[in-house]
Amino acid sequence: MDGDQLLTTALFLGVVAITIGITFWASRQTSGAADFYAGGRGFSGVQNGLAIGGDYMSAASFLGISGAIALSGYDGFLYSIGFLVAWLVALLLVAEMLRNAGRYTMADQLAFRLRQRSVRTAAATSTVVVSIFYLLAQMVGAGALVALLLDVSSDTAKNITIFAVGALMIFYVTVGGMKGTTWVQIVKAVLLMAGSALIVVLVLAKFGFNLSDLLGTAASNSGKGQAFLEPGLKYGVSDTSKIDFLSLGIALVLGTAGLPHILIRFYTVPTSRDARKSVLWAIGLIGVFYLFTLVLGFGAAALLNKGDMAKVVASGGNLASPLLAQNVGGGEGSTGGAVLLALISAVAFATILAVVAGLTLTSSVSVAHDLYNGVLRRGEASEGQELKVARWAALIIGLIAILLAIPAQRLNVAFLVALAFAVAASANLPSIVYNMFWKRFNTRGALWSIYGGLISSVGLVIFSPIMSGKGVDPVSGKNLSLLPTSIDISWFPLENPGIVSIPLAFFLGWLGSVTSKEPDAVERYTELEVRALSGAGSEKAVQH
Amino acid sequence: MTDTEPQRPHERAARHDPIYDTLHQEPDFVELRRAYRAFVFPATIAFLSWYLLYVVMSNWAHDFMSHQLWGNINVALVFGLLQFVTTFVLAWVYSRYSTSRLDPLARRLDEQYIAELEGRR
Repeated sequence: MDGDQLLTTALFLGVVAITIGITFWASRQTSGAADFYAGGRGFSGVQNGLAIGGDYMSAASFLGISGAIALSGYDGFLYSIGFLVAWLVALLLVAEMLRNAGRYTMADQLAFRLRQRSVRTAAATSTVVVSIFYLLAQMVGAGALVALLLDVSSDTAKNITIFAVGALMIFYVTVGGMKGTTWVQIVKAVLLMAGSALIVVLVLAKFGFNLSDLLGTAASNSGKGQAFLEPGLKYGVSDTSKIDFLSLGIALVLGTAGLPHILIRFYTVPTSRDARKSVLWAIGLIGVFYLFTLVLGFGAAALLNKGDMAKVVASGGNLASPLLAQNVGGGEGSTGGAVLLALISAVAFATILAVVAGLTLTSSVSVAHDLYNGVLRRGEASEGQELKVARWAALIIGLIAILLAIPAQRLNVAFLVALAFAVAASANLPSIVYNMFWKRFNTRGALWSIYGGLISSVGLVIFSPIMSGKGVDPVSGKNLSLLPTSIDISWFPLENPGIVSIPLAFFLGWLGSVTSKEPDAVERYTELEVRALSGAGSEKAVQH
Repeated sequence: MTDTEPQRPHERAARHDPIYDTLHQEPDFVELRRAYRAFVFPATIAFLSWYLLYVVMSNWAHDFMSHQLWGNINVALVFGLLQFVTTFVLAWVYSRYSTSRLDPLARRLDEQYIAELEGRR
């Protein structure tokens, strides 16, 4: 191990040590279910805004988007815009009402007026599915990152990394609960913003803070000329790819407000006004960060030499930001370059750890609160029993994620995240919106919409070119689909299912509701409306 | 814990306090719901259309989007950055609106709810 790798390793271990310290500290502040699940609802709007940023800006954002811009130019920027605009759905329609109506999970809000055992089962199922897709993306990203940084390309090294990340996230969640997870996310958000701001300033300084010059250099260096700065380089090749892009755009903008690990963050503040404030902070933070990705991506295209760009291409774009940091620090072999590379890689690692902790917590809370207590024990389990199940669930979900992440390493990270958004927008968002705004919505509508959205979004991907039928890359000879080339079960032409599955789930929610003979729970809807809008009777913060 | 939900019957939550019917009839609540919906419904339609317009133009209006404005800054980049601007502005306007128009109504209803519960003791 040479000096640079020693520095990288030291910084990685530093990140791990800080997060472990936070977790032990948080465990001493955690006593009951409201602490473990919702951090005692005691976080301020600003703290929660930072934590939302830390929960949301995943490896796919930091490494994936800047990489996509570095490789495909302007088309990569479309991810940033969709991921940001999506927050308006959460701000205007979801955050405050969910805070007032629920307790710990997405299902609480549905169980308020629907038949709770069936809707809790459905909502917990989609929570776990969405979280696992998202989790896989992060863990695969971690494996690739560490392997490339420590210059070990063997599968064993990647598997060890995945295993270590999995063990850490199980530890954060079982020991630190929501308080530990939140503080890990806050620290990560600060590190990520500071680290990327530093690189952005260094990149812009190279071009005298002239964005036009930066773009011009990126365009000429990319070898694609002005087309690199225009939409369509990646998605404009055919009518199918254009519709695929539209489908992706719809899933991105509607997915955020249905992501379970984002939704449960709204329960960690004392009032709905704090929930609103935290979304405002998150929008500011995330917006600035996505503007950074523009500079990072085009900066990598402009500054990296052929050798570095080859590494970026080989990593599917994921190494664009770390290599850019090395470049602006003075280049390969220089001390400045080594320090910045190690620093940015450690930030990326912290990013991954914070996001996987949030995801594991979300699914284990849903298993314990919705499935175990709500469905199996009919609400009669004690708080202690429920918490015990939550910790076991975190362990089991963590192990499942580790086992799935090892074969999933062939999948593209951005694809897994986009799929999680499509499933969230299809399975979760329709029933959340209907439940809040439509009096006639009922149990059958919720079940049809959740299961319909879940099955159609995942099902369409199974029959898409992602899984089979794409054939072999004429240049590299690599199989472009997941299944062996001899199997072709593809009939759905798009890679992004959202354009079909999201409208379908909204339609099924309507159809199920109007065909059901279930009497309307008018009184419960009255209560839900009053409580969601005014906060009267909503869960209060825990007093220690 | 402040949870007062009775555990039986479990299948459908039956916690119905008549106070919510009273509050639901209050002019404050009617106004709160109207003012909330009058803002968020049009705003949601507006920002979703504006975003979809951007996606559609990126796909099918290549010449327009590629038009260069200053140096290497083209319409596509400005359009994309405008999405950031509109998101920030709408979030800020909503925050102002709800602080001045919605929060006072919600507070009064919440106080009425607490006073009613206190009065029963």
